[in-house]
Amino acid sequence: MGLLDKQFDDGNIVLTSVEGVLNWARLCSLWQMSFGLACCAIEMMAASASHNDIMRFGVLPRPSPRQCDVMIVAGTVTLKMATRVKRLYEQMAEPRYVVSMGSCSNCGGPYWEHGYHVLKGVDRVVPVDVYVPGCPPRPEALLEGWMRLQEKVRDFSLVKKNNGTA
Amino acid sequence: MSETLEALQEDIAAGRLQTDELVLNMGPQHPSTHGVLRLELVLDGEAVVKVIPHLGYLHRCFEKHAEAMTYPQVIPYTDRMDYLAAMNNNHGYALAVERLMGIEVPERVEYIRIIMAELQRIASHLVAIGTFGMDIGAFTPFLYCFRDREYILDIFERTCGARLLYNYMWVGGLSHDVHDGFEKDVAEFIRKFRPTIKEVNDLLNYNKIFIERTANVGVLPPDVAISYGCSGPMLRGSGVDFDLRRDDPYSIYDRFDWEVCVGKGDAGTVGDCWDRHMVRVWEMEQSCNIIEQALESFPEGDITEAIPKRIRPPKGEIYTRVENPRGELGYYVISDGSQNPFRVKARGPSFVNLSVIDEISRGHLIADIVAILGSVDIVLGEVDR
Amino acid sequence: MEHKEIFDHLTALFPETGLEFDEDVPCIVVPPAAIRDVSLQVRDDEMLQFDFLMCLSGVDNADGTLGVVYHLHSVPLGHKLTLKVIVPADNPHLQSVERVWRTADWHEREAYDLVGMVFDGHRDLRRILNPYDWEGHPLRKDYEVPEFYNGMKVPY
Repeated sequence: MGLLDKQFDDGNIVLTSVEGVLNWARLCSLWQMSFGLACCAIEMMAASASHNDIMRFGVLPRPSPRQCDVMIVAGTVTLKMATRVKRLYEQMAEPRYVVSMGSCSNCGGPYWEHGYHVLKGVDRVVPVDVYVPGCPPRPEALLEGWMRLQEKVRDFSLVKKNNGTA
Repeated sequence: MSETLEALQEDIAAGRLQTDELVLNMGPQHPSTHGVLRLELVLDGEAVVKVIPHLGYLHRCFEKHAEAMTYPQVIPYTDRMDYLAAMNNNHGYALAVERLMGIEVPERVEYIRIIMAELQRIASHLVAIGTFGMDIGAFTPFLYCFRDREYILDIFERTCGARLLYNYMWVGGLSHDVHDGFEKDVAEFIRKFRPTIKEVNDLLNYNKIFIERTANVGVLPPDVAISYGCSGPMLRGSGVDFDLRRDDPYSIYDRFDWEVCVGKGDAGTVGDCWDRHMVRVWEMEQSCNIIEQALESFPEGDITEAIPKRIRPPKGEIYTRVENPRGELGYYVISDGSQNPFRVKARGPSFVNLSVIDEISRGHLIADIVAILGSVDIVLGEVDR
Repeated sequence: MEHKEIFDHLTALFPETGLEFDEDVPCIVVPPAAIRDVSLQVRDDEMLQFDFLMCLSGVDNADGTLGVVYHLHSVPLGHKLTLKVIVPADNPHLQSVERVWRTADWHEREAYDLVGMVFDGHRDLRRILNPYDWEGHPLRKDYEVPEFYNGMKVPY
């Protein structure tokens, strides 16, 4: 981060912007909604289990959408589920982020052609910040997606219009 | 309406006052419904009067896809049905098409299939056990179980390149031969894994808190289990000694020496949540036995020799069933002689096992529903297909 | 017991019903109005004891008829039986076996949902996989995917 690299002895002064501090704090504790849909949810669980340990990124799974910053849409979104996903998204407090994990929630995945009951991409109902490709993505891929999300949070600005798109 | 508090209490005591039933929705987003299941709980106070499951939040149209695809193209979709036991799903489908076409697969293929299927069974049971513990409030066993599951996934990855969904067992053979040192890897895993079972036993299964939460909860009598078509650990937990690997043998299971694990009611009543859970734990040990015996007589050979050039089964139909970690996985395949199946119906064990939930949940508290649901061990991909 | 023996046994019990034997599969074809009685018989008969309904599948035969296939297994005796019912697609009514085997409850709801046959006497015949306001039966061979559902575009 550059902030903690230096020692804070004798009341040193650190110069930074308010945005820098706020974004740094936020990106280090992005809380995730523990919400799995399908196969990818198993890889999401594997990402939070011992080998990959996503918690070192400050990720805390919370069961309630109202306490969360990030929703990982892990799996196929069906038409029956789509309205629920939308509602869950709306229940989250702003600023909120969506990671679309896996081909199914990116674009319908293997079900794109004959899946009469599958929504072809979760971005048809909620805005998506990071797409993680794969069927299913490996836990490492999810971690990579997570770091991309952190970069996005780092660029968040309170004044600029193009928030997080830089 | 009673005027005073005393009058109200008198009315309640005399049973003159009826309380309204409360309807509580559990899911589709709920950490312990293991996916996107929605349960509509009708409650009287905190006691459950009725459970109405609403499915279909993960209905991915497997059967429609099967009709639109050629026979080998269906296999990746079977993976995604029960995504915790993809190998077993491949196995069932490959067997169905092979029997329809009359293909005999080589020895080596049979052995690899058995080893893979049993490793997958262990991996699947590990998830079931870990998440069941987590539902009830024990987080640590989850980490233990996932740690050991990763070793199995590593073996799968070395062989076929995928961690979760493999597309490994093809009609007439396998997509790849096993990697060099496969036997050593598997033997090494078994050696490392056996102590884990004891660890999980000490940590979780014989833990007093765990027993209190699961014993005598959700008792499923054997006749009800059969009438509801329950299978797998669900049926064996109720004390019915029935396992397709022994009673309707497929592949080469009849060559090995192993036991069918049956719930005995050690902690409470036969057929309670604890029995269903323990059947899974014991089955992992039996799977280790099967794998060890298969490794002893692991043959050499060519795995591709029986893979047909053109997969076009003759006109006909077949119902094939295999023992999935969750129970009886059946495929009803109808062929009209073309390269696409005319109809594939998958009989998912979770789908059938879940239908009994109303029967075994009545009269329990809401917290027990979580325990019951965890012990049924559903995979929503297979319930909704 | 083999299918042929079971068929002879059942025709002796139901001489008027018009049971037929299909050699190719093999299975016993039962008229739609008699499936409940036949099911009760095969479940409770001492010689048959088919207490386990493995699978109930709805099939669109693509020739104007729908079929329902019952795969039965007997846990105590260890034998199997396949029953079939054929109904016309424009009047797809048959008797429900939901009270014979409890597992038929959800299987029949699924067959109703996906293929669209109506099981008379089923206590709770609702859709099970598709949403309750879904139109059409997706596994019919002439099914066309809707353009929109609830304002969401369905095709890719």
